[in-house]
Amino acid sequence: MPDAPGLELIAQGIEKGRKGTVVETSVEHDVATLIVNPEGVLHALGWLRDTEGQGYRFLSSLHAADYLPATPRFAVHYELLCRERMERIHLKALLADPAAGDGSNGASAGEKLPELDSCVELFPTADFQEREAYDFFGILFRGHPDLRRILMPEDYVGWPQRRDFPIGGEPVLFTHNEIETPRWFE
Amino acid sequence: MEVERESLRARQLRARDLLRGDLEGRDLEEYVEERLLTTTLENALNWGRANALFPMTFGLACCAIEMMSMVTSRYDIARFGAEAFRASPRQADMLILSGRVSVKMAPVVRRVYDQMLEPKWVIAMGACSSSGGMFANYAVVQGADKFMPVDIHVPGCPPRPEALLHGFNKLQQLVRGDPDLGWRERYNAVGTEEWARFESGQPTTEALERAAQAVKEHTDA
Repeated sequence: MPDAPGLELIAQGIEKGRKGTVVETSVEHDVATLIVNPEGVLHALGWLRDTEGQGYRFLSSLHAADYLPATPRFAVHYELLCRERMERIHLKALLADPAAGDGSNGASAGEKLPELDSCVELFPTADFQEREAYDFFGILFRGHPDLRRILMPEDYVGWPQRRDFPIGGEPVLFTHNEIETPRWFE
Repeated sequence: MEVERESLRARQLRARDLLRGDLEGRDLEEYVEERLLTTTLENALNWGRANALFPMTFGLACCAIEMMSMVTSRYDIARFGAEAFRASPRQADMLILSGRVSVKMAPVVRRVYDQMLEPKWVIAMGACSSSGGMFANYAVVQGADKFMPVDIHVPGCPPRPEALLHGFNKLQQLVRGDPDLGWRERYNAVGTEEWARFESGQPTTEALERAAQAVKEHTDA
């Protein structure tokens, strides 16, 4: 991973091409992270991929996260790898929840979903990973060639990995919680 | 040991006499009584069914590893006549649900079950296929008997091959007694039998009448 000054240089390089792309940099837990403006994700990814001396040409992971009590609520993480130098760099695009406050909870018909540009043009491997992020978190990727559910059934309703999604399952009766359901045997 | 060998020798000699046609009268009657067993056709058929169950080749999750080792020489389900795992549901008559059934897999399992020819039996192996097990969440069906009939539940996570063999032996006992096992009554599925006519492939009028009658009885009750 690039060290903190190296990360600042990368951030400056990205900023030179498009103002306001990098919001913040952080080096924590041995991960160098660029927190980027969601509008500038494609620019940052493209810069890291194509710039001489950077060469982060491998997208090793794309995943979403939900930080519910925090705002902005969602984040899409991009993990890039430079295979020549075995260096990784992390990009994080924070996304606000457009449905915040209206209580729709991701299951209504006209729901508002967070949107982000798709990076399938830059990294074809992002195809399935963006579908997974859409499937579980309901993040729309603009320009994705085939954005539909990938792991859950196609007619499934809701975004199951969101933090406010009920976990499901059924209560199971054990001896330790038997007292909570009196006369269960009737 | 010596005595047993003696009596065995005596039986061999008597069998040789019978084949030669030397046995007559009381001797012949005794010989026949010793060796014949009378039963009903139904019992004989069920005995044959119970000892030639063809399982479906169908592994769902980690329990499938135990199911596979049940076929190996160490546990050897061939002792009970169920070693022929069939790759087609049309040829199988037992489905072992070996693992968790996810919401997306459930229609597939149900379809495989529907394609099996009757009579058919199902063993839910392990905690997951019986109750959802540790996967109490949105993605896993909480018990396979929510969407299909199950005859035997084998507990364990995963059950050892011996446990599965024990469950299988229990199933054999049930099949010997009554191959129907009454699952249609248990699951309110009376009248869903599929009887086809050979020429047209359509259900016979008799079967349709029986189904209509059963549905009527069910709604009346």
